[in-house]
Amino acid sequence: MNWFLEIVKAVLAALAVFTFLAVVGAMLGVYLERKISGWIQSRLGPKHVGPQGLLQTIADTVKLLQKENIVPSNADAITFNVAPLMAVVAALLAWIIIPFGPAFGRVLVVRDINIGLLFFIGMASLIVIAILLGGWSSNNKYALLGGFRSASQMISYEIPLALAVMVPIMMAGTMSTVGIVEAQRGGWLGIGNWYIFGLPGNRGLLVPGFLAFVVFLTAATAEVNRVPFDLPEADSELVGGYFTEYTGMRFALFQLGEYAEAFAMAALTSVLFLGGWHGPWLPGIVWFFIKMFALVFFLIWVRWTYPRLRLDQLLNLSWKGLVPLGFVLVLVTGWLLV
Amino acid sequence: MGELAAFIILAIVTLLPAVVVVTSRNLVRAAMSLIPSFLGVTGLFVLLQAEFVAGIQILIYAGAIAVLILFVIMLTQGGTGTALRQVNEQQLVGGLVAGALTIALLGLLLRTPWPLVAGTLPRSNVAAVGGAFLTNFILAFEISSLVLLVSLVGALVIARREQ
Repeated sequence: MNWFLEIVKAVLAALAVFTFLAVVGAMLGVYLERKISGWIQSRLGPKHVGPQGLLQTIADTVKLLQKENIVPSNADAITFNVAPLMAVVAALLAWIIIPFGPAFGRVLVVRDINIGLLFFIGMASLIVIAILLGGWSSNNKYALLGGFRSASQMISYEIPLALAVMVPIMMAGTMSTVGIVEAQRGGWLGIGNWYIFGLPGNRGLLVPGFLAFVVFLTAATAEVNRVPFDLPEADSELVGGYFTEYTGMRFALFQLGEYAEAFAMAALTSVLFLGGWHGPWLPGIVWFFIKMFALVFFLIWVRWTYPRLRLDQLLNLSWKGLVPLGFVLVLVTGWLLV
Repeated sequence: MGELAAFIILAIVTLLPAVVVVTSRNLVRAAMSLIPSFLGVTGLFVLLQAEFVAGIQILIYAGAIAVLILFVIMLTQGGTGTALRQVNEQQLVGGLVAGALTIALLGLLLRTPWPLVAGTLPRSNVAAVGGAFLTNFILAFEISSLVLLVSLVGALVIARREQ
């Protein structure tokens, strides 16, 4: 009955990760987004529901739960209803390889698989399908345009994302996330061996390490459709893009998927380049959350500071800037490692 | 027991959408059904402990090729709103040929002795795959790279001519 036990464990882990994402990713993420945007724009942000508006997102979620689920009469109903679920499931699956840190004598991770990073990028690429199908099945020109923009954008940025991931993989010699974090242990204050600073015996790798970090963060921002790469949703031109026609909980599921993916990208950036749970003095899990929230803060900061790119600028940045840079980084890293 | 159950479930996940792919009257739905089929094949690869191939299968087939097919179909005229028949008047002949091919293939597969290699698999076969590509299979690897490069340049040439 070993496999039966495995299935029960998988269900429990899925429940735990989903709850974590709904609470930390979506609820806290939306609250932080609104608070920080308010701070940047000299406003107060949500203030009335709960202390400092902390319960605002819960109130919003309850409101969304009560809303009617409308399927447009000309929509492809099955596809329309399945697309948000696909987005959430793909984002949820991406989280299973993220290690939170050591606890109870083991590393807190759902599964440490030997192709972890490949799996993560694969799951991130599945979200495109959900967005494309959601946009198409709505039978609405804005939604369809949003889906198309999303597909061309995410396909273009997957390549620099994968190339940037190659640099830490080559430094660590493994694709397992736990293995990569373990390889960054030690050094000065527990910071010295982070891959953003290169390898301890080979400081020339600082340059490709840092540049790979920049490429990864840029491509990750584009991959999760955030400003300045938010063309698929562009409220001012596309009235919300691919989720224009979605209401109630299905709309919330798309949002949940998006925030879960943004948090996953932040967590993976810290795993790949910032030493994961390693750091001085504080326990590992605390460091993991500090780094993840610092990167989430960075994403929110960028969102409320920069204007949106045009589609041609967006594609040029990927194909003429990040992709060649990524290839050069992989080449230089290989050359320095040999 | 668990492995057999997993295989049966994965086979259903792979084959049912595949039937939809070749029968659906809606082209987008047909292309969409490719995705669960690809994911089922991924599961079969995992069952065979070929994790690297499984990861590539998700990334390339489900994440990129299916998206490109959908993208192109959604942009074409016949893509949305029209019902297409996927079969013509030659159904009987086609079915006979397919049946004959199935019987031939089944006979071949059942007669072939499949060698089983003893020993344990390495924890990660990524490095081995990469090493094989750059040593024993370098010619095939380089030729496929060249084919992809040529198709990329060809696509660029076609796209530029319109301007």
